[in-house]
Amino acid sequence: MSSVSNSPAVEPKPIFDWFLGVAVLAVVGVYVRAIYFTPIEAAQGAAQKIYYLHLAGVMGAYLSVTITALMSIIALWLHDQRADHLAEASAEGGLVFLTVVLTTGPIWGHKIWGAWWAWWEARLTLTLFLWFVIVAYLVLRGAIEDVAMRARYSAVLAMLGALLIPFIHLSVYLFAARLHPMPVVLKPSKPSLPNEMLTTLLLSLTAFTLLCIALIRARYRLAVQRDMLAALEVDGGVT
Amino acid sequence: MSDHRPPGTLSSAWLLARKDLAIEFRTRTAFLSALVFAVLALTIFYFTWDESVVSPNDRAPGVLWVVLTFSALLGLHRSFGLEEHDRGIDALLVSPISRESIYLGKAIGNLIFLCGIQVIAIPSLALFYNLPVGRPLFIVSGIVFLAMVGIVAVGTLFSAMAVNTRLAELLLPMLSLPFFVPVLMNAAQAGSRIFAGRPVAEVMPWLKILIAFDIVFVLACTLAFPFTLEE
Amino acid sequence: MFGPNGAGKTTLLRVIAGLLKPTSGTVRVGGRSLRNDPGARGNLGLISHQSMLYRALTARENVEFAARLYGVPDPRSAAMRALERIRIADRADAPVRALSRGLQQRVSIARAIVHEPSVVLLDEPYTGLDAAGGAALTDMLQLLRSHGASLILVTHNVEEGLAVATHAVVMLAGRIVRRDDASSIDHGAFPAAYRAMVLDASDNSANRAMSVSA
Repeated sequence: MSSVSNSPAVEPKPIFDWFLGVAVLAVVGVYVRAIYFTPIEAAQGAAQKIYYLHLAGVMGAYLSVTITALMSIIALWLHDQRADHLAEASAEGGLVFLTVVLTTGPIWGHKIWGAWWAWWEARLTLTLFLWFVIVAYLVLRGAIEDVAMRARYSAVLAMLGALLIPFIHLSVYLFAARLHPMPVVLKPSKPSLPNEMLTTLLLSLTAFTLLCIALIRARYRLAVQRDMLAALEVDGGVT
Repeated sequence: MSDHRPPGTLSSAWLLARKDLAIEFRTRTAFLSALVFAVLALTIFYFTWDESVVSPNDRAPGVLWVVLTFSALLGLHRSFGLEEHDRGIDALLVSPISRESIYLGKAIGNLIFLCGIQVIAIPSLALFYNLPVGRPLFIVSGIVFLAMVGIVAVGTLFSAMAVNTRLAELLLPMLSLPFFVPVLMNAAQAGSRIFAGRPVAEVMPWLKILIAFDIVFVLACTLAFPFTLEE
Repeated sequence: MFGPNGAGKTTLLRVIAGLLKPTSGTVRVGGRSLRNDPGARGNLGLISHQSMLYRALTARENVEFAARLYGVPDPRSAAMRALERIRIADRADAPVRALSRGLQQRVSIARAIVHEPSVVLLDEPYTGLDAAGGAALTDMLQLLRSHGASLILVTHNVEEGLAVATHAVVMLAGRIVRRDDASSIDHGAFPAAYRAMVLDASDNSANRAMSVSA
C-alpha cells in the first residue's frame, strides 16, 4: 500500500544518531545531578530520588501511548502508512517507559508503604494492564506480515485499548478507594518542593521527553526501512 | 433478477447464529470439550486449598470466574474457525447482509454456546462446593450472564482477528484477557458479596460498571468489525 | 476471461464480487454501486476455488441457508430446485463432508445460483467436475443466460470457455490485453493465438505476479 511519494528518499544516513546521543546524555546528566547535587528529602530518605525516574517514566509512557492511539486513528482513517509506523515506534518506546514505571513503582512503594505491590493503587494497576495491552499490540503486529492488515488490526486494538483505560481505572478505584500520594508539583499555588528538587524534577521530565522523542524517531526510521526491505523482497513490490 | 428482500441486520445475525449452533450441534466436540474442561477445572481447584483454612463457600466465587474465563476462551476460539476451512466467510461477504450482522451473528452464537456451558457449570459448582441453592445463586447466574455479554463482545472481535494471524491460539488470550479484567473484577466483586448474603442494592456500583462495559464494547466492537475483514 | 496463472483473473473477480477493495474505480451491478449499496450484492452469485460450504451440514441445508441469506421467498423449494438443476437432488440430505469433491462442487454451484442472480461470477467452475457434472453445469449456464443473466467465466480451458462465450477477454500480468466479440472470434485460430500470447508473456517477464488490488 505504500506509494512512492510516501517512502522517504534513501539518503546515506550517518552511523551515529546524534539526536538520540544527546538525549541519552541529557538523561545521564540529570541522574548525576539527582544523585549527587540534589538534597535528600527528609521524610522519605534517599529512596525518594527514585521519584524523579518514576515520574518521568510516567510522563514518557503517557506521551508514547497517546501518540500510539492518535496515530492509530489517523492510520485507520486516512490509510496513512507513516502514521502506522509512528504508532508502532511509539508503542515500543511506551513499553520501555511503562517498564520503568512498573519497576520503579514497587521500589519506591516498598519504602513508602512497606508493600511491594499495591493492587488498590489505581494508577499502578492501570499501568500494569496498559503494559499488557502494549505487549499484546506488539505481539499482534509481529504475527501479521501483510502491511495493510497489520496497520488495520493494530489500529483497532489501539483504539479499543484506549477505550479500556477508563474502565480499568474505574474498576480499580472501586476496588478500594485509597489515594496515590498527592501530586506535589502540580498544585495551583507554589509547588511545595524546594527549588533544587523542583529543578531536578523538571530537568528529569525534560530529559525523558527528549529521550522519548529520540527513541520514537529512531524506531520510526527502522520501521520504514524494514517495510521497504520487505517490499523489495516480494520482488516487484506493490504500486 | 427478482428483487428479493434480504433479511435485516438482526434477522441475518440470528440466521447466522442458528447456522453456527446447528453446526456445533452436529459435531458437538467443541461444546463437550469446553464443558468437560469447565467441570474438571472446578473439581481440580477444590483440592488446591486447605479445607480447614478456607471454606469451600469462600472459594467458590473465585473459582467460578477463573473457570468461566478459560472455558470462554476455548469456546471463542472455534467461532471463526468454522468459516476458515472452505472460506464460508466469502459467501457471507458476497451476500447482501451487512458486515455488522456477521459480527452480531457470531457473537450471539458464542453467547448461547457459553450460556450452555454455564448451565452445567454453575450447578456443578453448587454441587461440588456445597453451595446453598437459593436466591443468591440465581442472582449470581444473572451476573454471570452480564459478564459473558462483555466477554463475548470483545472475544468475538479478537477471534476474528486472531484467526487471520500466525499465532492464533496464543494471540486470542493475549488480546482478550486485558479486556476481560474490568468485567471479571466487577462481576467477581459483586458476585462474592452476593454469595456472602449482601443485598443487591449494595453491589449496584459494580453492576453499573459491568453494564456500561457491555454496552460500550458491544457497540465499539460492532463498529470495529468491518475493519478486520480483508478489504 | 482467459489468462495464465498469476494473471490476476481471480483477483479481478474478487474485486467485482466486492471481496477486495480496488485501488481506484467502482464496480456497478445493474447501475448500483456495490460499495454504497449492499443490496446490489443480492444480484450477484459467486463460484470460486473454495466451496464456501459448511461440511457438517447437508447439501440441502447449505443451499437453504444461502437462500435465506438472500431473502428468497420459500427457501426450501428454491433450494430443492437449485439442487435439481445441477442434478444432485438425490444426495440432498447427505452431509457435505460425505460427498466427493466433484459433488461438493455441484452443491457449491447450487448455492451460488439459488437466488437467481443476474450476474454470476465463476472462477474455474469446471475444475473437479466429471463429464456428467460438466454437462449439467453447461446446461445450467445456458439456462441462466436464457433468463437474461450475465456470466463472467474465468477459465484456462479455451475450448470450454469459447463454447459458451459471447465475449472473450484475455488477461496477462494484471492487464486486459485483448477483447473480442463472439462474432469476431475464429474458433479455430483463437486457441493457438492465445497460447502464443501466453508463452510470449512468460518468456518476457520472469512470471511477475502483479497484484491488481490494494
